[in-house]
Amino acid sequence: MIRLIRQALVMLLLMTAIVGVAYPAVIGGLGNLLFPQQAAGSLVQRDGKPVGSALIGQAFTAPGYFWGRPSATTPGPYNGASSTGSNVGPTNPALADAAKQRIAALRAADPGNTAPVPVELVTASGSGLDPEISPAAADFQVSRVARARGMDPGKVRELVAANTQGRQFGVLGEPRVNVLALNLALDRSR
Amino acid sequence: MTANDFFQIGLFVAVLLVTVKPLGAYMALVFAETPNRVTRFGARAEGLLYRLAGVRADEDMGWKRYAIAMLAFNVAGLALVYLLQRTQQWLPLNPQHFGAVEPGLAMNTAISFASNTNWQAYGGESTMSYFTQATGLAVQNFLSAATGIAVLVALVRGFVRRGADAVGNFWVDMTRATLYVLLPLSLVVALLLVSQGVVQNVSAYLDVATVQQGTQTLPMGPAASQIAIKMLGTNGGGFFNANSAHPFENPTPFSNFIEMLSIFVIPAALCYTFGSMVGDRRQGWAILATMLLIFLPLTVGLVAAEQAGNPALHGLAVDAQASALQSGGNMEGKETRFGIASSGLFAAITTAASCGAVNAMHDSLTPLGGLVPMWLMQLGEVIFGGVGSGLYGMLAFAVVAVFIAGLMVGRTPEYLGKKIEAHEMKMASLAVLIPCALVVIGTAVAVMSPAGVAGVANPGAHGFSEMLYAVSSAANNNGSAFGGLSANTPFWNVLLGICMFLARFPLAIAMLAMAGSLAAKRHVPPSAGTLPTHTPLFVTLLACVVIVVGALTFLPALALGPIAEQLMSISGH
Repeated sequence: MIRLIRQALVMLLLMTAIVGVAYPAVIGGLGNLLFPQQAAGSLVQRDGKPVGSALIGQAFTAPGYFWGRPSATTPGPYNGASSTGSNVGPTNPALADAAKQRIAALRAADPGNTAPVPVELVTASGSGLDPEISPAAADFQVSRVARARGMDPGKVRELVAANTQGRQFGVLGEPRVNVLALNLALDRSR
Repeated sequence: MTANDFFQIGLFVAVLLVTVKPLGAYMALVFAETPNRVTRFGARAEGLLYRLAGVRADEDMGWKRYAIAMLAFNVAGLALVYLLQRTQQWLPLNPQHFGAVEPGLAMNTAISFASNTNWQAYGGESTMSYFTQATGLAVQNFLSAATGIAVLVALVRGFVRRGADAVGNFWVDMTRATLYVLLPLSLVVALLLVSQGVVQNVSAYLDVATVQQGTQTLPMGPAASQIAIKMLGTNGGGFFNANSAHPFENPTPFSNFIEMLSIFVIPAALCYTFGSMVGDRRQGWAILATMLLIFLPLTVGLVAAEQAGNPALHGLAVDAQASALQSGGNMEGKETRFGIASSGLFAAITTAASCGAVNAMHDSLTPLGGLVPMWLMQLGEVIFGGVGSGLYGMLAFAVVAVFIAGLMVGRTPEYLGKKIEAHEMKMASLAVLIPCALVVIGTAVAVMSPAGVAGVANPGAHGFSEMLYAVSSAANNNGSAFGGLSANTPFWNVLLGICMFLARFPLAIAMLAMAGSLAAKRHVPPSAGTLPTHTPLFVTLLACVVIVVGALTFLPALALGPIAEQLMSISGH
């Protein structure tokens, strides 16, 4: 029995050394050698300073910026240190109430726009940090952004198109627009 | 359902099927009784480990000795994870200065990771140091998966061996599963994940001045290495709280595809390994066909329910129609890059297998969309299931199926040339009934306890679903959640901790006991009265047994939860 316990403990320590220390160290070394940008968090720079990560969404509320998905993180939206979805159930009245408020906010910021709101703009993302919106959700916001910036809507639409990614390799996932990249492109176009 | 929804499901299954034979044949060599080109490759490194640990690699263990070694190893791992959490404030690689995890949560987490469940009552980026994650949690991701494979291999040897009093050597099986199977696959998957944007560093969290928000804290850590084995070992414990919905944990549609494939690749290939080891590959394909026969319709049902959207938004000015510009459907709790198809498929895969990683919040699935993951877990995690544990659970169902067929024609049942007698039936029944009993009793206890009901977040039938889902997840070692439930309370930590432990180890011991008695039997040559177990007839019979057990046991509970909620949803309440 003592022999068995010794075997169990030594085996556990040896395995911990291999898969708990050596393995992550090797991935860290190779990852930083081959993909240094990705391994460090896909940071986006502006004027030489990081302004965020291409993969982590940020809160945008000014009418001149495209807004991302509603975020359920606490205490505020897009809290990178505490990812979470809303976990609101499908028949919970809070779900429809939140949707109504979001529709009202979008309408108030863009009074002329009576098109139905794309579902992604009224539903919270899974992580609370979704960096992207669908092309439909971007299209819906073009009129507001163009008016707030005094830009030609056609020009804004061009920027949306330039920042739209199709399905990966043409088949996987969904078409999408990176909100931070699009807003930085808008700022550059001034 | 859109054409794209069907295409994404079809593409996944096609790629999965391509991997079955090469990986399955390779694993058959890894666990072969005789030395071969694969085992000779690492023989020296293996030998060194055995010498250091005082293990005699040529010792052939009886089932009891095998079970005791398995238990000792897993309890030691459980204790180490507990200690690491309790002392992480004094240990290195803790740039965020997280304090000790409190005892109830630490014990729940230790059981959770040692039992291959990875239920998480904590948020990774706000609780665990890098050291705890890498040397505690991720190590158990490897070792609990290797344990599952070892128990399976011992059971298969029970069918293969004749008049034998031993089923193999636990240390050798566990070591080979780790070093020959899990580690090489993890190296490849982890690097692919880094290439897509999964972080891998030990830096402190980074505060950045954002464009409009002010300051945002970006979490960091050695995530890619842990996420690779989290998927490959069907563990599912997220590095971050949002699990595979987090953009640093699953950044692109391609990383999502890799993660989905990683969940199924070993459980699917083990079917081939099984067929290869028993000397009749058709037996393995028949088991795999049974799994797909149940998996595919349920997956289509889940995706269709999510694509149909949420009636609660129908009266509002919301566009939830699928088009070239958006996936539409029920997007609450889902990420844009995955949309409906890749989120729904992931939810089905992660609960068919006992993985439990999520790339969308299951609590916000539509009622029928949420029923599917719940029921897939309740079926006993045998539709692919956990690595090793899924197949040994399915083999227990196969034993039950041949027994039922034997009753119908009045002959002594046989499976793979071994007579199925009272002892095998007892052990197979235990394997089938332990998780069922835990789910039903555990949910009843939760519903009757004020402390259980206190954790519920959503009103009405959905609140019951949250509790039913939690116990189903723990008692089948899945680990996913209807995340609204506040599970980090003494009541839930204890209840779910007990469920996870009892679902894992007594069941594994029952399978080893069956292996022992099967190995001792002689081979019965097939006769005219033997039911062939590689035919479509048997595939259908086996699928029916799995479904009937799952339906009879859980339909009443499901009627109170998701089914009631669906009726309320369509009637507009």
